[in-house]
Amino acid sequence: MIPVIVVGIYLVIIAVIGSVAFSRSKANTEDFFLANRAVGSMVFFLSIFATNMTAFAILGSSGQAYRQGIGIYGLMASSSGLVIPLTIFFIGTRLWAIGQRFGHQTQVAFFRDRWECSTIGTLIFALSVAMLVPYMIISIMGGGRVLNDISGGRVAYWLGCAIVALVVTINVFFGGMRGTVWVNIFQTTLFLIFGAVAVAVISHDLPGGFGEYIQKIAGNPKTGYLVTRQRMPERYFWSYTLIPLSSIMFPHMAIMCFAARKVTAFKRTVMLYPLAIMAIWLPCIFLGVLGTQLEPGLKNPDGILLHLLTDHAPVWLAGILGAGIISAVMGSDTHQVLAVSTMFTKDVFAHYGGKAKYGERGSVTFARGFILAVTGLAYLVALITPESIFELAVRFAFSGFAAMAPVMIAALFWKRSTKYGALASTLWVAAWLILTWYLQRLSDGTAPKPGQPPTLIFVALGHLFERSTANVTVYGFLPVVPMVLGSALLMILVSWVTPPPSKQTIDKYFETEMTQAQAPGPALQPTLTQGRLRPSV
Amino acid sequence: MKIKAVVLTVLILVVYVLHQDFWNWNKAEPLVFGFLPVGLAYHAGYSILAAGLMAVLVKVAWPKHLENVQPRNPESTQDQKEKQG
Repeated sequence: MIPVIVVGIYLVIIAVIGSVAFSRSKANTEDFFLANRAVGSMVFFLSIFATNMTAFAILGSSGQAYRQGIGIYGLMASSSGLVIPLTIFFIGTRLWAIGQRFGHQTQVAFFRDRWECSTIGTLIFALSVAMLVPYMIISIMGGGRVLNDISGGRVAYWLGCAIVALVVTINVFFGGMRGTVWVNIFQTTLFLIFGAVAVAVISHDLPGGFGEYIQKIAGNPKTGYLVTRQRMPERYFWSYTLIPLSSIMFPHMAIMCFAARKVTAFKRTVMLYPLAIMAIWLPCIFLGVLGTQLEPGLKNPDGILLHLLTDHAPVWLAGILGAGIISAVMGSDTHQVLAVSTMFTKDVFAHYGGKAKYGERGSVTFARGFILAVTGLAYLVALITPESIFELAVRFAFSGFAAMAPVMIAALFWKRSTKYGALASTLWVAAWLILTWYLQRLSDGTAPKPGQPPTLIFVALGHLFERSTANVTVYGFLPVVPMVLGSALLMILVSWVTPPPSKQTIDKYFETEMTQAQAPGPALQPTLTQGRLRPSV
Repeated sequence: MKIKAVVLTVLILVVYVLHQDFWNWNKAEPLVFGFLPVGLAYHAGYSILAAGLMAVLVKVAWPKHLENVQPRNPESTQDQKEKQG
């Protein structure tokens, strides 16, 4: 019962922080969605990291390590530690600058203006929402499951989902982006220390130390694969390095980039990001592998850390660490809910006349109403739909957003890119998502068991489409490879043969100010900075 | 300027390629610090290398010109409207 009380206190703190943020809010969308573009450096790092870390970072990673071994770290964590900060460095900073200059609050608003086309924006909006909403729903499911596990079943799954949905709603409804980033400070700190504390506590409880167990795993032919990558094909491993391209394309990540007070806020984030990922993932992966010895035969390996904490940590500490896990769930979920609300308000409601009719205050009211509706709906869907469907959808969403990265790169860096190129890339991505879904469903019955070789999906097509235990592959590569390469190629080829945007628009986005160093003279400096002095959030 | 861009591009590519450590694929030992399998220790080190690369990029390739970006038409942004209101 103690862990439930600790987690309960934590949830109350989160709701209170959101409510306090409400008292600082103003009735305009820039304040509600972007905290007035005033998020300071350290808060920006903690918040953007919380945005990107989900329950998977703690529970899913250890569960996957329990099944597949140490390779999960290189597969998902160290590749993300390189690619995500690179995208924040090259793309995030430019997005921030465009938001500052032209007032854009979403990627879609930028695409519409950059390519002088409302339709391409609407299409990308539809695809983005279709890929983001399952992620939001699965976060609520994850929260419900964690509360159920931590409480030893005392908090029913439906109630756990309801509590998470309610706290997220209160936080976002009242606090908007400000409430969300304030909560993130608390959440990220909690889950960053989670791993180290968990390792220390469990290590303290093992008389022989970790080395003895790892040697036992390595020496046993049945478990040796857990401490190597012998069951992880090299093509599969490489394919995964493209998945983190999705990070900056997730709307909640891109919107966070618009919220920074200064571009220099990105410096700390890109340097600390790889280390922060390591701080969470390394202990979780290690403990997941260790768990195969300490808690053998688990039917649901995603609960391995909870089992280890229950058996090896004092109950009060297990409660605090449970709050760390809930933090990871809710940190990203609040941003996802806010992002969906931002997109519907700015890209649909405001774009199609709502803002002109109802003004800024009306837009914020619409956003708050939308938040209530979308979390309520997400909760109901979470209760009646099997989790496996959304797990699959989320996996596809990562590939889909990764394959949209060439569209963003072209918009930011290539003057000659056109709306038709973006359209071709977007349709390519959508088609591949449908194809992969179809192939996955088609081959579910023939999926090999872990450790067995992949099966051919269409014998006549040879190794073109194969089915491994969990994934469809294309010549052994994950679908993200043809998706990203095809998207990039189409963007280039179609843009070359179609007319570019007007010179006026190209000049607007690529004039000297954006592309070359600009050093205002001392006399000019005060004037230039005057309009940008905002207190940090 | 161009040389710097080329050097940094090569550096990023080298770090990216180092992620595919095929030489550790089937090895568990040596156990680093007595308990970390070599493949896991390598990628932990890789994370530190990535952080180092980011520090280099921030130091020598920071888009300084963006630090002076201003609203193109300040009156049009909601922020400015709010200030006026």
